[in-house]
Amino acid sequence: MAKEIVRQTVSEDGTRTIAASREFSLKRFFLQWEWMLVLMLIAVNIFNLSASPNYANARNILNATRDFLDKAVVVFPMAFVLMLGEIDISVASIMALSATIMGVVYRAGYPMAVAMSAALITGTICGMINGLILVKFRQLSSMIVTLSTQIIYRGIALIILETNSVGGFPKWFGSIAAGKVGLVPYGLIFIVFEALFFAYLLHYTKFGRRCYAMGNSVTAAQYSGVRTDRIKVIVYTMAGLFSAVAAIYLASKMSSVRPDIAKGYELDIIAMAVLGGVSTSGGKGRILGASLAILVIGYLRYGLGLMNASSQIIMIVVGALLILTVAIPGLKESVGNTNWFRKLTRH
Amino acid sequence: MSDYILELKGITKIFPGVKALDNVHFQLKKGEIHALMGENGAGKSTFIKVITGVHIPEEGEIYLKGEKVTFKNPKDAQQCSIAAIYQHGTTYPYLSVTENIFMGHEKLTKLHTIDWKCMHKEAKELLEHIGSDIDPHANMGDLTVAQQQVVEIAKAISTQAEIIIMDEPTAALSKRECEGLYRITEQLRDEGKSIIFISHRFEDMYRLASRVTVFRDSQYIGTWDVDGISNDVLISKMVGREIKDIYPKQEVKRGKEIFRVEDLSKTGYYRDINFNLYEGEILAVTGLVGAGRTEVCQGIMGIDKVDSGRIYLDGKRVRVNHPQEAMDAGIGYLPEDRQKQGLILDWSLAQNVTLATLEKFTKGSIINRKKENNKSKELLEKVKTKALSVYDKASSLSGGNQQKVIVAKILNSDLKVIILDEPTKGVDVGAKAQIYEIMSELAASGYGVIMISSEMPEVLGMADRIMVMKEGRVSRIFEDAKDVTQEMILETAMDM
Repeated sequence: MAKEIVRQTVSEDGTRTIAASREFSLKRFFLQWEWMLVLMLIAVNIFNLSASPNYANARNILNATRDFLDKAVVVFPMAFVLMLGEIDISVASIMALSATIMGVVYRAGYPMAVAMSAALITGTICGMINGLILVKFRQLSSMIVTLSTQIIYRGIALIILETNSVGGFPKWFGSIAAGKVGLVPYGLIFIVFEALFFAYLLHYTKFGRRCYAMGNSVTAAQYSGVRTDRIKVIVYTMAGLFSAVAAIYLASKMSSVRPDIAKGYELDIIAMAVLGGVSTSGGKGRILGASLAILVIGYLRYGLGLMNASSQIIMIVVGALLILTVAIPGLKESVGNTNWFRKLTRH
Repeated sequence: MSDYILELKGITKIFPGVKALDNVHFQLKKGEIHALMGENGAGKSTFIKVITGVHIPEEGEIYLKGEKVTFKNPKDAQQCSIAAIYQHGTTYPYLSVTENIFMGHEKLTKLHTIDWKCMHKEAKELLEHIGSDIDPHANMGDLTVAQQQVVEIAKAISTQAEIIIMDEPTAALSKRECEGLYRITEQLRDEGKSIIFISHRFEDMYRLASRVTVFRDSQYIGTWDVDGISNDVLISKMVGREIKDIYPKQEVKRGKEIFRVEDLSKTGYYRDINFNLYEGEILAVTGLVGAGRTEVCQGIMGIDKVDSGRIYLDGKRVRVNHPQEAMDAGIGYLPEDRQKQGLILDWSLAQNVTLATLEKFTKGSIINRKKENNKSKELLEKVKTKALSVYDKASSLSGGNQQKVIVAKILNSDLKVIILDEPTKGVDVGAKAQIYEIMSELAASGYGVIMISSEMPEVLGMADRIMVMKEGRVSRIFEDAKDVTQEMILETAMDM
């Protein structure tokens, strides 16, 4: 194909005009990954409907979200970690340790609010430690560091509680997961606000722009004066903090804490972010995509559960979906270049 | 039978947009050490890669012992007994010396397993033969650069090479290590091997070579007997091109001192760097590649930590530990590698222009996209960028226009001092002239401009003063660029 020739207005004295805005383009609008996710979501829901005729009522659809809200809480900060071109596989262990600390503090006779604060502080510190190790020891990859802390954090939780569990939390604590406004669970409302917050942070602020820059090229960001170390520590700390939030939600749902909770959650969380279009090599992705992907994977798991599929089958399906996701971006390009798509989107 | 073991005739190698070699000749006698000289970018390295089969020339013929040969890949050249030793060794640091020597032609036992015993023994013999006591079991990465080069030479001998090419082998060596290398090289010559020796150092040439060939601007200039050519003549052969008037240097009255660097040092990179800069002045910093120019500027910008030294701006001491602090103080840097360090290629022009100065486009912490786009438009138009809209991706522009985007990015900060690191590297002539024009305007409007450059014509054409660096030190600062010639700079920059 011939290279597009740059047509630029050059006036007599040699000044060139560069447009400061661009026209709305239907092609650009429809070639967004999010449309693919919308299609997937529709497909998943049709599938679920065929699995159980009772599925299609608002109460069920809203209640189903409780199944995956604990994971969803961590998906957005995880999107930031992936955005930097890094990874954090210690989030599930941070959840376990935060929950354990909360249980122990409550068991020691402190009020529930203090115990919850202790959980949040634990998560924050764990995340910050991940970030600081990565910044201080640059030769270490985030995969190795968070793999190690994953084992360490879980190990500490196991030392503290051994095989015991802590329960008997106050009644109001249980309503964090069980409570509803009308038909809408509290947790869902929280996630919506969390998504809005992270979308604002990523797409509208300096901080988000700099995260994108780091994901694209750490060197270029550094040369442009971006404080890359600081941003990395902040992002990992956020992941830790929200892991603790997820831990509180999970503890409320299960009405007890054990050191072996949330095992394997990190994979689902990363899967949701990646399916949402967040590139594991950094620099690409949007919160809207991640939000839709949470629903796709969440409802898919729920639906398979309705059909009494075993958890192994569920894992296979989710795995296959992920591979598909990685393969599809190439498809996007080819769709964009087909004749029918061009005709369709021509003004 | 030809007199020459290796002869190349009319070699032309074209890379997209550039003629890297233009009808080049070369003749190598058996048992001679032949020096190959020329400025950076004269085409020496490309030429070597043609001989070793890495690049396939578009035109020209290669004769080996009078017979025509064609090399389709490095393996072909190897089979014709040609071996090259590169400045930045192609070694495997985590493997042993023996493994490095026999990489690609390992000795095998009858069972087709690797015959370690035999290899270690032969490696030891090879190394002893060239007078080295390096342990064949040692890790390659634990050796000094000089030792690694000795191993590379042993490897070359082990492949039964008749023609050995050494690409700037002395660049990273101390005087004593050089002596060792000279000795080995002479021994190889006496054993009948033919050696092509590339170096920037005149000392190497006089000490070793019997003949010298000079390349310039991708062309063959000539071959002389080392005994029959003087230093001055050789230098003028290396640089002797006409300087056309593409340098729109405006006369600017130099203002007060705005920037001063005192005793800047970083062990292993540069030492005791002292210089100052005046308002409206262009200071060229030149020297050979590896003289420490870029490192000094990265130290000033806080990209790399310095060991000691002071930086003053407007007479006030500033401390810089991070590029952000340098920019806040008023020092901006246009990096040498614009694609990796200067731009985010996947991003729009507007996002690139504003990355270093996002504060200016935010209210609270929200980015005002409209303001961002409008300001980018204004700056990009000011530097005459060839682009359709601020939404164009940086990767879609040509090298020269990408450079202009980075200039626009720098102009967005409130700066006093602008450091340009090889601003016209890989830029075509037309865009070059525009970048010179911008540079000149910057100086005229009061900025202090530091231009790092290896290109003599632009150094002489644009600078008010010229600082020459050699081996991590300031070799000399020429106070008036008008009285300076290329020969003077080269003499100062090279080891004579």
